[in-house]
Amino acid sequence: MIYCSNHDPPAPLFFLYSSQRNPATDLEQPKSNLIAMAMAIKLSLLLLFFLSSLIPTFSLFEDQVGFMDWHQRYIGKVKHAVFHTQKAGRKRVVVSTEENVIASLDLRRGEIFWRHVLGSNDVVDKIDIALGKYVITLSSEGSILRAWNLPDGQMVWESFLSGSKSSKALLTVPANLKVDLDSPIFVYGGACLYAISSIDGEILWKKDFTAEGIDVHQLLLPDGSDVVHAVGVTDLSQFDTYEINVRNGGLLKHASASFPGGISGEILPISSDKFVALDARSSILVLISMKEGQIDLQQTHVSDLIHGSSGNTVILPSKLSGIFSISTDTFIAFIKVTNEGKLDVMQKVDKMVVVSDALSLSEGEQAFALVQHGDSKIHLSVRLVHDMSSNHLKETVKMDHERGYVHKIFINNYVRTDRSHGFRALIVMEDHSLLLLQQGEIVWSRDDGLASVIAVTTSELPVEKLGVSVSKVERSLFEWLKGHMLKLKGTLMLATPDEVAAIQKIRLQSSEKSKMTRDHNGFRRLLIVLTRAGKLFALHTGDGRVVWSSLLQSLRKSDQCTDPTGLKLHQWQIPHHHALDNNPSVLVVGRCGLSLSASSAMSIVDAYTGKELHNMGPAHSTVQVISLPFSDSTEQQLHLLIDADKRAHLYPRTPEAAEIFQRESENVYWYSVEAEAGILRGYGVKSSCNLGVPNEYCFETRNLWSIVFPSESERIIATVTRKANEVVHTQAKVIADEDVMYKYVSKNILFVATVSPKASGPIGSATPDESLLVVHLVDTVTGRILHRMSHSGSQGPVHAVLSENWVVYHYFNLRAHKYEISVIEIYDQSRAENKDVLKLIVGKHNLTAPVSSYSRPEVTTRSQSYFFTHSVKAISVTSTAKGITSKHLLIGTIGDKVLALDKRFVDPRRSLNPTQAEKEEGLLPLTDALPIIPQSYITHAFKVEGLRGIETVPAKLESTTLVFAYGVDLFFTRLAPSRTYDSLTEDFNYALLLLTIVALVVAIFVTWVLSERKDLQDKWR
Amino acid sequence: MLLLLFALLISSNSAFQSDELLLDDEEFGLEGGRSPSIDLTLSSPSPPIQSHVHIPPKPTRKRSLDSESDSRVQFVLEHALGDSSEFSAAGTFTARLKASANGGQILTKLRFSRNDLTATEKEKFKKLLEDDDFYRIRLPSDVLNASGRDYVISSVKARCLPKDGLEEHIIIHMEGVNILAVSYGSHGACQHPRKLRFPSKWSFNSHTILKYNDQAPRTPTFSEDIGGVEIGDDEGVKPLERSFWAKYWMYLIPLGLIVMNAVTQAMNMPEEQASGAAGAQPQQAVGAGPRGQNAAVRRR
Repeated sequence: MIYCSNHDPPAPLFFLYSSQRNPATDLEQPKSNLIAMAMAIKLSLLLLFFLSSLIPTFSLFEDQVGFMDWHQRYIGKVKHAVFHTQKAGRKRVVVSTEENVIASLDLRRGEIFWRHVLGSNDVVDKIDIALGKYVITLSSEGSILRAWNLPDGQMVWESFLSGSKSSKALLTVPANLKVDLDSPIFVYGGACLYAISSIDGEILWKKDFTAEGIDVHQLLLPDGSDVVHAVGVTDLSQFDTYEINVRNGGLLKHASASFPGGISGEILPISSDKFVALDARSSILVLISMKEGQIDLQQTHVSDLIHGSSGNTVILPSKLSGIFSISTDTFIAFIKVTNEGKLDVMQKVDKMVVVSDALSLSEGEQAFALVQHGDSKIHLSVRLVHDMSSNHLKETVKMDHERGYVHKIFINNYVRTDRSHGFRALIVMEDHSLLLLQQGEIVWSRDDGLASVIAVTTSELPVEKLGVSVSKVERSLFEWLKGHMLKLKGTLMLATPDEVAAIQKIRLQSSEKSKMTRDHNGFRRLLIVLTRAGKLFALHTGDGRVVWSSLLQSLRKSDQCTDPTGLKLHQWQIPHHHALDNNPSVLVVGRCGLSLSASSAMSIVDAYTGKELHNMGPAHSTVQVISLPFSDSTEQQLHLLIDADKRAHLYPRTPEAAEIFQRESENVYWYSVEAEAGILRGYGVKSSCNLGVPNEYCFETRNLWSIVFPSESERIIATVTRKANEVVHTQAKVIADEDVMYKYVSKNILFVATVSPKASGPIGSATPDESLLVVHLVDTVTGRILHRMSHSGSQGPVHAVLSENWVVYHYFNLRAHKYEISVIEIYDQSRAENKDVLKLIVGKHNLTAPVSSYSRPEVTTRSQSYFFTHSVKAISVTSTAKGITSKHLLIGTIGDKVLALDKRFVDPRRSLNPTQAEKEEGLLPLTDALPIIPQSYITHAFKVEGLRGIETVPAKLESTTLVFAYGVDLFFTRLAPSRTYDSLTEDFNYALLLLTIVALVVAIFVTWVLSERKDLQDKWR
Repeated sequence: MLLLLFALLISSNSAFQSDELLLDDEEFGLEGGRSPSIDLTLSSPSPPIQSHVHIPPKPTRKRSLDSESDSRVQFVLEHALGDSSEFSAAGTFTARLKASANGGQILTKLRFSRNDLTATEKEKFKKLLEDDDFYRIRLPSDVLNASGRDYVISSVKARCLPKDGLEEHIIIHMEGVNILAVSYGSHGACQHPRKLRFPSKWSFNSHTILKYNDQAPRTPTFSEDIGGVEIGDDEGVKPLERSFWAKYWMYLIPLGLIVMNAVTQAMNMPEEQASGAAGAQPQQAVGAGPRGQNAAVRRR
């Protein structure tokens, strides 16, 4: 098969492309910017048009999966874990996480058996196992109860519990309670108590507590009895217990006792008839005991119990029968409750100790685990509840520094070969990773912090130096030949299934792609990701392995920084020319606290080793981080951090940087979006700060412009800017009839979408007449509105992407009951006269004149809307090194897949019946809706569960772009939107090419000899 | 086509700047017109001519009470010369309130009168020009309520303004009676290395445009079922009908090949017979039919 492929302006090249595995093709329309050339290539255009009537796709063959893409599955930080080891052939643990994932993990290897990602608005409250075969989950504040089949994760039943008001969500699954052949589950949610059949999820009875005004804290079901105890607090000062018949929900008994001190926190059960709580000032422990329907309160001062304790007392939620634990500023104390109701302090341990729930071993024997953090190791000890003095089991496990402290522990027991009790512990670390400890070893670990990526950047790998080759020694010649023979067999379809598998393995394992050095095509990079836990990971683009990981000191919880959150990740140093000896580094900006005015924390991290080079502790607040397009002599990028008082702080803090900034400060502008107030403001730099102390790295700013959206008619729901590092190849766009349009290419365009306040709720909350979506293109230097347009009867959520001179956005059209994608392209009219070739030659054009934002822009826009079937989670666009290759939109659909849609489909110039010239240009006829071609899902069979963002990074090869999609899962692939017109594919069979050439040469000789002989014969006749 | 027309309409609207001096003529108001964007262009070449119309530059509004639908509003343009100085009144906009077609009110007949620059203001302006600093203006965000929510601010480097006089170009983006944003700048281009240049006349030459919201275009063929826009002719549908060739080329090409093959064969037959009769090449004549045919093809 022979294809004539793309020709691009700089070098219109044609070459023969030979391969027998071409999933039907695409050929891209040229983006020639030279009019003269347009004539020259007209003929070929005709040919192209003929071919390009076929639809472009990215289809992939089955054996190409995993060749240049990888997919990793995660679950997030574990909240609850329930072990299930009995009977089941495979030992497993069921967990629920903060990413709202329910998963069943293999206890031996930590692999995921099955997993379900509930939406972000369906938070998992509780999980448990019922009947030994169902996983029961309670979610959405106790309003949805689901049962999943334990072996395969299929949903068995689902019940919606409509409560009247929000309350705590509690779930109790009695171990062996039978009511009419059914085992009910008790759920408290929405201020109602339900008994639900565990077989089919039917509600057996319901008891409403709304009228009582009680806030139920615990549901208890003493063994052997058929009474449910609901224990709670009314008006924060009265304890109430209700005894309810499990059969019909009838109220058997109600007792209450008032406690004027008020209580804080939770009521913790000690045994079936004893509870403990703290008073409002956290100074008195209240022991609540129920005797014959009466409530008896006993008060003990914490200070009497623990001498020298100083406030901040909290009852830890670990359920240890007969004892409980409280934590103070300095230590954790275990307190035993005797039968007479006396409290005895049994032991004090360090504050950093983490305690598990109690686990019953045999009758009367219960054990719990403690984890203590030592220097680069952790100490796990298991103790028996009735015998606190000695450790039943003590293990020391070496632990990586970068995992931080232990956050949670869950224990499980098993019977050892010598019939004694063995214990395994599942621990959740500070970096959200999950580990299983058994016999003093880490059996497996999962880096589940990667499920919550918040920022992504990339870094080049080091250059391969002579003599220090990182790669392994090449395989022997024989191996190499064998590999090629196998490949040849594969192409000639002679390979047996075994051999096909071998070929596939060779391909996937090619050491080439996972090398730790820079490659010629720029495919190998480090993806540097910041996770919510404040940990930085570097992933290799070749195979997705973690190259290094680093828990940032500046983003760890400390006394100065109580509630750290990561915010932004920027490239700090990108060595190019003068500073090649330095390693590249990244800047991480975080915030200590939830409010915008909280002080910020910064780190600079080496991108090759993960070492924290600098660590700037709590400083001024940070609202915005601006990466300036200037760098100093060591290639450090200048950054401006804007604080809550609108002051600008310059980094790096060197005199050189200050000098560069002073020189350029006149041309530095930025803007802020105050979404609640509906105001956009633009700022410029004024002068150095006047804070008493002279500070040459701090600048006052002044308000230069503002746009005020009327609060009664518009509310900002989305703002999007262009990617700072985007490259645009040409300003001109050649359209039909050899005409030229000039793109309005400005880095300072901001897309703002507003909706009428009524329509800012979910879809369906407003009528089409009430809702109005208005989109604006704003110049962020001058505050000019370049274009403003409204879509009546439409509403958000709006997802948009801005690139070059166009913006594509997705919203919901209420009139048509469909999602729509609209496009706006903006063109510069002031340059439209530069069409005359003669003028261009003579130099009478304004193409090289500097552009000032203060000139009045003469722009014209084109726009069009199309229906789109899916709702969208994220939109991005491919980006290439020089911006020549045509663009594809990458749309993260609601099904957590990534769809690549050619930008040509959302061209505003599409018309119903394009002229011949337009057809030649490659303009598609107008259609009502955008096509969704199944082959153009770049994630093919995979799902990127909980998709949150799509990043694109240009490779060095112009045709190729690297795509990284993240959510709960990670997915990476490489795309060539116009096919790889500038290189042969990696699986190109050179051996076959050689063989063909040799065969042809042989054939030439043979035919030459034959024809000579025939000539001779003819002459003899 | 409609899209193109629409685009042309917009571009002509924004490109065309009438420099006609418009006095209080009544037919300019586009009565009942449902134009998506109302651009009122006017220029006041020399402020002193009009300054007698509204002398008090106070941030108040006056409504003539002659009719509900056609009442006058007035709002003040304020400017600040330099960072340290406060905003002060610089001119007055007058407009008429009119009920718009889709409920609510809109402004029409915008007129602007600039106050003269005072001597101190001239000095300050000179300083701005020397420092290449910003000249800032602001308007109340709500024209009916000057002490309303906030001001919309705009600014420009002062050096962009001087031509012969001081050229200014004000585009006011409106949403009902609210001012969303104001774009302020020189009338034409502002060359990037801004040169210091003092105007010969210290008076503003103002051009103002009032802009309302545009409705997003959508090709009518598909919007008829959503927006109720009727299009009578079926011109939009017919071009979709492809030609016979476009539809059936995949059948026609093989058919053509078969026909060509048949014709070739038919032509070979007589040739072969002729050669057989002549007996010029006995060894070939003896050979089977297909071989002969092949030879014939090869000769071609």
